[in-house]
Amino acid sequence: MAASMRLLVKRVIRLSHGNFNATAAGVSGRSGCCWGTTSCCCFSDDRSTHFGFETVPEAEKAKRVYKVFENVAQKYDIMNDAMSLGIHRLWKDSLLHVMNPQPGAQLLDVAGGTGDIAFRFLEYVRSQQERQRRRSARSMQTPSWQDISNNYSTEDEERPQESRAVVCDINKEMLKVGKQKGDSMGISAGLSWVVGDAEELPFDDDQFDIYTIAFGIRNVTHIDQALQEALRILKPGGRFLCLEFSKVTNPVLARLYDAYSFQMIPVLGEVIAGDWKSYQYLVESIHKFPDQEAFKHMIEDAGFYCVQYYNFTGGVVAIHSGFKL
Amino acid sequence: MWSCVGKRFQRLNQRHYALICKAPCVQQLCSSSSEFTDSCYNGLYPGHIPTTPIQKALLAVGSGVAALQDPYRHDMVAVLGETTGHLALINLRDRMRNDPEGYTILIERPRIRLSTLDLSKMASLPDGSFGREYLRFLEDNHVTPDTRADVKFVDDEELAYVMQRYREVHDLLHTLLGMPTNMLGEVAVKWFEAAQTGLPMCALGAVLGPLRLNARRLQSLFTSLGPWALQNGRRARCVLSVFYERRWEQSLEDLREELNIKPPPVIVAASNKRST
Repeated sequence: MAASMRLLVKRVIRLSHGNFNATAAGVSGRSGCCWGTTSCCCFSDDRSTHFGFETVPEAEKAKRVYKVFENVAQKYDIMNDAMSLGIHRLWKDSLLHVMNPQPGAQLLDVAGGTGDIAFRFLEYVRSQQERQRRRSARSMQTPSWQDISNNYSTEDEERPQESRAVVCDINKEMLKVGKQKGDSMGISAGLSWVVGDAEELPFDDDQFDIYTIAFGIRNVTHIDQALQEALRILKPGGRFLCLEFSKVTNPVLARLYDAYSFQMIPVLGEVIAGDWKSYQYLVESIHKFPDQEAFKHMIEDAGFYCVQYYNFTGGVVAIHSGFKL
Repeated sequence: MWSCVGKRFQRLNQRHYALICKAPCVQQLCSSSSEFTDSCYNGLYPGHIPTTPIQKALLAVGSGVAALQDPYRHDMVAVLGETTGHLALINLRDRMRNDPEGYTILIERPRIRLSTLDLSKMASLPDGSFGREYLRFLEDNHVTPDTRADVKFVDDEELAYVMQRYREVHDLLHTLLGMPTNMLGEVAVKWFEAAQTGLPMCALGAVLGPLRLNARRLQSLFTSLGPWALQNGRRARCVLSVFYERRWEQSLEDLREELNIKPPPVIVAASNKRST
């Protein structure tokens, strides 16, 4: 009942543009309370947020973001390569180096979409395992009889926990593309694809060692809720990692970067993906995202400790890291 | 108390008002915002995306390359036409203004879409009439008038309409010239359009289209179809200035004579497969 009332009033407000003077008193009289403030209970869902440079009601943003990624899913990887001239691969590699996962780690990659981070994680962990095996083999070149018999007995008992990567994304199209990529690359062991909302993850508490979100958190409507969810599902000692576009520190580079992003990227979007508006949104959302320090404070507020950030490419992207203790 | 409320209301309204001022489509804004089409977000007409000169240049180059790589990317051909056709569109618009029928079109802004055509009525027209032949053309070639992309990058609302009209008249031109939608027919129509409109995109298509034809068709193009298309393009009355929607009953021969278009010298058969 309340919802339909809100809808009705919203429609009335929109229709009253032409003669707002006349209805100003009328509408505010009808609502009774102080209509303008956003904290009013009647209009709680009229809180607005930004969608790029546009201002939209919060309820709208999620829907519009979904639509954007639904449209771009097929060409997402090609566009990433074209827009960043392939540098996004280096950024993602850097994220893995900062993460430095050990065999047995459980990863949750939120907004993981096409699976780039998860694939890299599994590769990294695999090569770490190889390295460990080689190292233990090298150190065991001249074993004594005692060592050999010990090895035989412990071989079956001690099976280290396999590393697992869960890719979670709210958008089914992106997950579909990611799954296809995984299948074509032949990576399926230790990988799962889950549909879920970063603000309300479908996982129990204390499940994962590492939580990553690469180029996804700026699309979330309530970033603080996403951070709280991250804290919840991490094990104590778990690590939060976020790779995201940030403020360029050098002013000259900043001008060039702005010019490039606003002039070039929507054009690339139109030519390669046939979708100008989605890439316009992308560039605008980058500009609306808080800078390194502000985001660091948001992560600290959520309850993470030892929060640090690392700039890459002059601040074009930043990796923020925090621990749950 | 009322003043502070009024001020907040005003601020909120100004945001909406600014949006409405920019785009004269209040209807869409008033409809359910759950399907908020951002065609009314910013611009002079629904679907308009304002672009800077640098962006236009980049678009022109990019869409040209994309269209050459994959000629079936109609959206790239459309973008190429929009970004390079400014002068030609001004020329066309002036020609339309100077013609009484063209002027009517600029005022009334008719659109050719399946929803605006009365197909049953057109089917009942006698053979040889323009409407009947157009319908036959649509059926034989399995096309519909609804596949034309909307204009996005033209920064003048009237010129955008001229561009849109040009796109929608393209199929009618096929009927008038008697050309099917296979490669040869399309190239012939492009030559006609290049001579008529002077749009750089048509000229580019006219030059590069023949590269995809086999030797026999190339010969047919250069010896008979091509010169015929060019001559007619130069001599014919401005095809955009004709109010086709009011001329469905007119006989095709009659219309051709009025527009100064000679019938094709060679009958090009409509084939179902896309052949080169």
